[in-house]
Amino acid sequence: MYNQEKCKFSKTHEWAYIEGQTAVCGISDHAQHEISDIVFVELPKVGAKIEAGKSCAVIESVKSAADFYAPLSGEVTEVNEKLVGEPGLINQAPHGEGWIFKMKITNAEEEKNLLSFADYKATL
Amino acid sequence: MEKLIIEKSNGARGIIFENAKTADNFLDKKYLRKTEPKLPELSEFEVVRHFTNLSRLNFCLDTHFYPLGSCTMKYNPKAYDVLSALENFTSLHPLTPASYAQGTLELLYKFEELLKEITGLDAWTLQPAAGAHGEFTGALIAKAYHKKDKNRTEIIVPDTAHGTNPATAAMCGFKVVNIKSNACGRVDLEELKKVLGPKTAMVMLTLPNTAGLFERDILEIAKLVHASGALLYMDGANLNALIGLVKPKDMGVDIMHINLHKTLAAPHGGGGPGAGGVGVRQGLEHLLPLGRVSFDGKKYSLETKNKKSIGQVKSFWGNMAIVIRAYSYLRQFDGKTLGEIAKNAVLNANYVRVKLKNYFPAFFDEVCMHECVLTISQDTPSLKALYVAKRLLDLGYHAPTIYFPLIVPQALMVEPTETESKQTLDAFIAAMKQIFEEAKKDITLLEHAPHNMKIGVIDEVLAAREPNLKW
Amino acid sequence: MFSANSQKDKQEMLSEIGVKDIEELFKDIPSSLKQADFNLPKALDEQALTKHIKALAAKNKPLLNFAGAGIYEHFIPAAVNALSTRGEFLTAYTPYQAQASQGTLQTIYEYQSSICALFDMDICNASHYDGATALAEAVYAACQIKGLKEILISAALNPQYKQVLKTYFNGTREIKFTEVSLKNGTLDLQDLKNKLQTPKAAFVLATPNFFGCLEEAEEVSKLVHADNALLISVVNPISLGILNTPGSYDSDFAVAEGQCLGNAMNFGGPGLGIFTCKKQYVRYMPGRLCGITKDDKGNRCFVLTLQAREQHIRRERAASNICSNQALCALNALIYLSLLGPKGIKEVASLNLQKAHNLAKEISQIKGFSLTYQNPFFNEFVITCPVAAKQVINKLAKKGILAGYDLGQIDKNLKNNLLVCATETKTEQDLAQFVSCLRGI
Repeated sequence: MYNQEKCKFSKTHEWAYIEGQTAVCGISDHAQHEISDIVFVELPKVGAKIEAGKSCAVIESVKSAADFYAPLSGEVTEVNEKLVGEPGLINQAPHGEGWIFKMKITNAEEEKNLLSFADYKATL
Repeated sequence: MEKLIIEKSNGARGIIFENAKTADNFLDKKYLRKTEPKLPELSEFEVVRHFTNLSRLNFCLDTHFYPLGSCTMKYNPKAYDVLSALENFTSLHPLTPASYAQGTLELLYKFEELLKEITGLDAWTLQPAAGAHGEFTGALIAKAYHKKDKNRTEIIVPDTAHGTNPATAAMCGFKVVNIKSNACGRVDLEELKKVLGPKTAMVMLTLPNTAGLFERDILEIAKLVHASGALLYMDGANLNALIGLVKPKDMGVDIMHINLHKTLAAPHGGGGPGAGGVGVRQGLEHLLPLGRVSFDGKKYSLETKNKKSIGQVKSFWGNMAIVIRAYSYLRQFDGKTLGEIAKNAVLNANYVRVKLKNYFPAFFDEVCMHECVLTISQDTPSLKALYVAKRLLDLGYHAPTIYFPLIVPQALMVEPTETESKQTLDAFIAAMKQIFEEAKKDITLLEHAPHNMKIGVIDEVLAAREPNLKW
Repeated sequence: MFSANSQKDKQEMLSEIGVKDIEELFKDIPSSLKQADFNLPKALDEQALTKHIKALAAKNKPLLNFAGAGIYEHFIPAAVNALSTRGEFLTAYTPYQAQASQGTLQTIYEYQSSICALFDMDICNASHYDGATALAEAVYAACQIKGLKEILISAALNPQYKQVLKTYFNGTREIKFTEVSLKNGTLDLQDLKNKLQTPKAAFVLATPNFFGCLEEAEEVSKLVHADNALLISVVNPISLGILNTPGSYDSDFAVAEGQCLGNAMNFGGPGLGIFTCKKQYVRYMPGRLCGITKDDKGNRCFVLTLQAREQHIRRERAASNICSNQALCALNALIYLSLLGPKGIKEVASLNLQKAHNLAKEISQIKGFSLTYQNPFFNEFVITCPVAAKQVINKLAKKGILAGYDLGQIDKNLKNNLLVCATETKTEQDLAQFVSCLRGI
C-alpha cells in the first residue's frame, strides 16, 4: 500500500508517504523487527497538532514502550482504528495495513529533512 | 498446574458465622446487592490444600538463592515473623490513644533514633509504604522546600537510575533531566555541571550506584549540588554496601529513603508490603509527613498537627508490622558488628565477580561493591542475559536482575548478600559455568529455556494482546 | 550476625579475589567518609531481643474496640495466617520470573478475580498501598481519561483520604478539588448537580460515607454520568457481602481499603489498596496486573502483563512510580474470601449490620445521647454526646474501651459527635458494657 521505495524516512525509523499536503505515517520494517511483537499502540487523537521530531504516539511490546516521533509537523486527520484490536498488523505489514495515522502537513519544507528509502537503508 | 480455586468450587461451606440475620430487617431492599458474588464455595480443608499446593509452585528465599541485584534478597529471620505478630501489636487500632499504645510508639521512636545514628540524618518518617513511596515523599519535600523559588522545576537523574526515580519526579510535576554516565559507569561531573543550575530542585542518586560502583566523586558532586541551591537525594536501595561503614549524611545527602524490605531484612512477601522510611537533614524536618513520634521524657505521642508538613502520603502512620521487623533486625547489631553486613556483602559480590571473570566478565573491570554487573563473554556471542536467567531456573537458582542498569548491554546484576555461604556461591558459580559451556556447545538448548520447570516459555504476547485478568 | 561464612571461608575468598583484607575492597571510598562512629545500643541476641520486644508489646494496652474510621477489626480465621506466612509465600520475590512464581501469580489472579466478583467490576489490579493512595491513582487516571484537572469529592469522604489527595496533587500535577456539601449526613444532590455544571473529570463518592451513612448511589451515578463525568466510588469491602455493589451503580472506578478482608489492624499499616475499574480504562490503570496465558507446551499459566504501562519500562512517562503491591495483604484477603465464600461474607456483613444497629438503638435510649443522623447505615454511625467526644473517649479508655473517632478533629461544630463502629467481633456483653459506660457519663 505505502511502498517503502516511495516513502520518506526519519533517522528514528518512522516513514511518511507524502501525497501533496497530506501524508500517511508508520514505522519501518526494521523498526517493527527490532521492537518485535507489538501488543499495543497508543494512537494520537484525531485533530491533534503534532511537531516534527516530537513524540506523538507510543508503540508497546511486552518489554518496551517506544516513542513514535512525528516525521513532519501538522495535524492528525485519521488514525488506524484496526490497530486497537490487532496491533500485530504493524509487524505483519508495516507499510500496508499497519499504517498508523494520516495527517495534514503544515510545513512542506520539512520533507527535505527526511531520507529516501535508499539513504535510510544505508544508515542501518 | 493447579486449578483455579473457583474451578474447584462445589457448594460446600468453609468458615461459618452463626446467628446472622437477614439484612432487610434493617435496610430497605434498594441498598442491598441483587446477586451473590461469584466467590469459591468449598470446605476449609479444600482451601488449605489449594493454597498450600500453590505455595509449592514458588521459588522463595527459604528454598532458593536469589542473586537479584538491587533487591538485597537476604535471609528473613524467623524471629521477626513471631515478634511482629504479637497480639499486642497486631490488635491495636491506629486511633488508640497514645497512653494505651506506648509500646508501639516507643518502638517507632527508638527505631527513628537508630536510623538517625546509622545514617547521620536528623529526622525520619516511617509513613511511606515502599521505597518508591519514599522517593515520592522525598520529592514532595523538595517541592515544599523550594516553594518560594518557582524556577526550581527540574530533577536530575543519571541514566543508571532505577525506573522509579524519573517516574517519581514526573508524579511530582518536575521535569526529568537525564545525564549520561561516564565510561566508568559513574556520574559524569562535566555532564552534571552542564545541567545543574537555578532550575534544579534536586539530584537523585543511588549510592552506591546501580552498577554496584561507589561514586568516587560524591563529595565533589554534593558540593556542586549544594552550590547550585539544589538538594541531594539518595535512593537507599543499595544501602547494604555502606551500612555501618559510611553515613549518608557525611556524603552530603540531604534526603534519603531506606527500603526496610531490602537492607533491613523484612520479607518481600511476593511483591509487598514493603516500607520506605525517609530521612532528612536538619532544616527539613518540619516538612516530614504527619505521624512522627515525640517523647517528652515520660510519654511518647504521635504528632498529628503540623501545618508545615507536606501532609500525609497514605492513611495513618506507616507499615508498623514491617517496622517491628526492621527495628528488631537493627537491635541485633552494635556499632562494630553493623559494619560486618556491608563488609561481607561486598566480599561475597567480589568473590562471585572474580570467579566468573572468564565466563561472564564484569562490565566495569574493577572492584565492585555489594553487587556486580556482569555481561556476556565474547566467547559466547549468541548467548543472551534472558537465556542465562531462564536456564538458571532449571539449575535451581532464581535469576539475577537482567537488562538493568540500562547502560550495560546484556546486563546480569548479581547481588549475593552477606547471608549466603561460600558453598552456595560456589554452587552458583558452577551453575553459571555450566551455562557458559552449554552456550559454547549448542545455543538452541538455552534459547528455549527453562526446560525443567513445570512451565516452559510463556506467551507474553498473547497475555498482552488478549488480556484475561479475572475468572 | 547472619553472616554465613567462617573466618576460614572468608580468607579463602579474599585470596581468590587477590586482596589481603576486606578493607582493601573499600579503597574507592574517601578515608574521610570511613571515620564515622556508630553509637548503637548493645547488640541483642535472639533471646534478649525476644524479651525486649515482648516488653515493648506489654506496654501496649489494647482496648475493647469500637473505632472504625477506615481501619476495622474483623475476625480472621486461623487458616489465613497459617497459609500466608508459609515461607513459599512470605519470602518469595516479586513474580517477574514467571516460571519460578506460578504460586504467587495464581494468587494475584485469584485475588483480582475475587475482588471483581465482590465489587461487580471488570478489572482489578494487584493492589496499591492503601485505600487513600488507590483513590489518588484513580483520580489521576480519571483526569487523564477526560483531559481535565477538576475533581468533585464528597464532603463526607474520609478526611485522611482528602489529606492524601491534597498531598498528592497540590502543587504537583495540579488537580483541583471541590467538595460537594452534605445535608443531614449525606450528599446534597442539588449541590452535586450544580457543581457538575462546569466540566469535571470525576466525582468521588463514598458509601458508606465517613459518617457511616449510605448514599443514594444510583441517583448520584445518574447525575454524574449525565454531565459526562466519571464516577469513582470509595466503598467498604465487607459491606459488599450484603450491600449494593459499585459495579451495579455503574462506577467507572471503585477503590477501597482492603485491610478489613483478612488483615489485622496493625496500628494502621500495612493496608491494602483495592483498585478496580471498567474494562475500557485498563490502559490508564497503574500498578501490577496478572493475566492468564499459555506456555509453549499449551499449559495454562500466569504472568505479569501489560507491564509496558509501568515505571520500569515507561520511567518518567509512567502513570505512577509504584513498584510493589501489597502482595501478602492481598493474599490474606483472597484466602479470607475463599474461606468465607459468598454465604460467609454475607453472614459477616449481616452480623456487622445487626450489631451496629442494636448498639445504635441502645445508645439512642440513653439520656443525653442521640443518633446524629437518621440515614441508613452499615456498621458505623454517629452519636451526639452530652459532652465533648474527646471526653467520652478519655473516660471510656480508662474503662478499657476505645469509644470511637472524635469528629471534632475534622469540624469544630462536631466536637460533641462521636463516630462509633460495631463489627461482628462485638459480643452482647461487649455492647452492654459500652452502653453501661456511656450511661455513666
